[in-house]
Amino acid sequence: MDVLMLSRLQFAAATMFHFIFVPLTLGLSLLVAIMETRYVSTGDKTYKRMAKFWGKLFLINFALGVVTGITLEFQFGTNWSRYSAYVGDIFGSLLAIEATVAFFLESTFIGVWVFGWDRLSPKVHCLAIWLVAIASNVSGLWILLANGFMQNPVGYVMRNGRAELNDFIAVITNTTGILQFLHMIPAALTLAGFFIMGISAWHLLRDNETDFFTRSFKMGLGSALIFSVLVVLGGHIHGNNTALQQPAKLAAMESHWETQTRAPMYLLQMPSLTGDGNMIQALPVPGLLSFLAFNDVNAEVTGLNDIPEQDRPPVLLTFLSFRLMVGLGTLFPLMAGLAFLYRNRLKQFPLLKFLPWMIPLPYIAIFAGWTVTEVGRQPWIVQGLMRTADAVSPLATSQVVFSFVTLCLLYALLGAVDIFLMLKYARMGPE
Amino acid sequence: MTLETIWFLLWGILWSVYFVLDGFDLGMGTLLPFIARNETEKRTIYNAAGPFWDGNEVWLLTAGGVTFAAFPAAYAAMFSGLYTALYLLLFALILRGVSFEFRSKVDSDAWRKAWDTCHFLGSFLPALLLGVAFANIFRGIALDANGVNQEGLLELLNPYGLLGGVVFVVMFVMHGSIWLAIKSSGPLHDRARTVAIKTWPIAVVGAVFFLVYTGLETMLFNNYMQNPLLFLVLIGAVLGLISVRSSLGSAKMWRAWAGSATFIAGVTMFGVIGLFPALLPSSLNAGWSMTIHNSASSPLTLKIMLGVALVMVPIVLAYQIWVYRTFSHKITQADLDYKEAY
Repeated sequence: MDVLMLSRLQFAAATMFHFIFVPLTLGLSLLVAIMETRYVSTGDKTYKRMAKFWGKLFLINFALGVVTGITLEFQFGTNWSRYSAYVGDIFGSLLAIEATVAFFLESTFIGVWVFGWDRLSPKVHCLAIWLVAIASNVSGLWILLANGFMQNPVGYVMRNGRAELNDFIAVITNTTGILQFLHMIPAALTLAGFFIMGISAWHLLRDNETDFFTRSFKMGLGSALIFSVLVVLGGHIHGNNTALQQPAKLAAMESHWETQTRAPMYLLQMPSLTGDGNMIQALPVPGLLSFLAFNDVNAEVTGLNDIPEQDRPPVLLTFLSFRLMVGLGTLFPLMAGLAFLYRNRLKQFPLLKFLPWMIPLPYIAIFAGWTVTEVGRQPWIVQGLMRTADAVSPLATSQVVFSFVTLCLLYALLGAVDIFLMLKYARMGPE
Repeated sequence: MTLETIWFLLWGILWSVYFVLDGFDLGMGTLLPFIARNETEKRTIYNAAGPFWDGNEVWLLTAGGVTFAAFPAAYAAMFSGLYTALYLLLFALILRGVSFEFRSKVDSDAWRKAWDTCHFLGSFLPALLLGVAFANIFRGIALDANGVNQEGLLELLNPYGLLGGVVFVVMFVMHGSIWLAIKSSGPLHDRARTVAIKTWPIAVVGAVFFLVYTGLETMLFNNYMQNPLLFLVLIGAVLGLISVRSSLGSAKMWRAWAGSATFIAGVTMFGVIGLFPALLPSSLNAGWSMTIHNSASSPLTLKIMLGVALVMVPIVLAYQIWVYRTFSHKITQADLDYKEAY
């Protein structure tokens, strides 16, 4: 394997592992902040116990998110040095702003929150978790603006052999980054909702702390119900934007080969393994693809045959990931809707026992979504501007083999420990 | 002063702040297996860093991020050039970070012992590696005309690089033992203070050796010869070091900590100012060095970033100082009995 492939695998491993912890941090921080706010405003001790119990799970998750985040910033320089030199003027500044504006706030006040229960007034302590929650989400916005530049480079001019900033406002109002944010945050809140529902269901089935877990369940349900719908809406608008800005990605998502107006969507479809067409293509719904992509049944949708072969993303992986995301994304509002019908008699909810097993599903949906975003952008690291193959650092294979193998071993070990601790504390219930 | 020069100085200051703040955490972690005699003392050490370490570590991300944003070509050359050393640093910091959170989560001696080992390695190795890395930056690495380092990890472990590593470990251990003395009481406090007092002459000898070796091995003194006023930075570092000893003698621990912080920042800034205008000199050809002239971002980026830094850094400092004040108390049994403690 060459340095390019190893570096790509390492980037994927480091980023996806980090992203196991990010969505729960984003979503659960907000929900814990709401729990503590209710405690402060009503004085009801159950809410304090809720903030502490869910907060403990939040912290086990948060620790690994923080430490694996450093790898993410460093690996642009270590493994993608030519990319860093080429777009650092824009991309680097977004990361630096993220650190100063948001990450400092998040990391400083998490310490305040953990150690401050007895040392601060309840209001100030509650403020600490709000600062963590807001900062985490603001942090996400800057990171997605940075990623948005890779999907849809704006606000730059080619000068001195690199992309230089010439319109900062364009960079921070990049529709791609903002739409990704509006898709990602509801996804995180859906995930956090199902996380709370799953663990609460496990305890409700065992009659542990029924009042505590009923209240928790309802909060999780509220979040899952509202945001699983918003994530679909956000995804649709994001998809419309992709159709305009990244036609090759959209064509790969749908394995759509012939450019045509009134493009159909096939209910049964499977790309060929050789990446040159579809091996199965049946039951067309006329105009549906045009409608989904452009909100117009007669719109023209570019097919992969009109995109030069060297500019096409891997079709099969993009297509399957997209199907997986959409399938799961449809399941979440349905499941949340059914649970809502039983909200006042949760124990009679026939699907209650499935909820603990559903906890991994929003994670899988988010991974699938990011696979669409990142694999669908290939062969570009910055769409239309720089190819991934031109971005990699000039390293020795042995160096990357060492870092990749060590990283995988270390992360596997830490991942196992984290899951073990999560299960232990989730089962233990509140104090 | 040009924008590039301002950013160069800010770059040095950010690294200095990182070393001053994370320096004491890393120093305490390095001391952990040698100074703590029982479980209570071990937990005192973890909790003495408890509310601070995470916020401290963000200064590393900011220093790295600013290198990326303000001098992308230097960031690219430095981070890919020091590849293996940086990954070792990252893995070590990851182990240290999780050891805080995970150690007290399972009631088992073997579990705690395993995380203590991680905590020690995750503190000692970063101290050493940061010293090795910065000594090599002061000395220059084998950058070719394309900014690619022609050497590997083993060449970084040259005598000057290793001396840099040792000096960093000693500085951080002294800094950490002073912090531990501030945060603890009883026998642990006394032992921490003794360690600080005993480390002091080693720091003096290390600093003298490092300074002499720097004169022989690097070009850092050229800037000082041209502008002797700059020697004030070095004098500041020396005064800081002297103040550590006199404050330790009179048991004024906060003053000793401030002296030690001045020393660490002074040593860092001494090197950074000596480097100017280079961020990463090439040992092969001075023309191939990464400098503020050939690696800086566009003026627009530097201006926007300066605006962000001038607004945000004082705010960050203000709330971090508030956090330090809020949690400046000595760790007591009550703190260790606290449910959320490490």
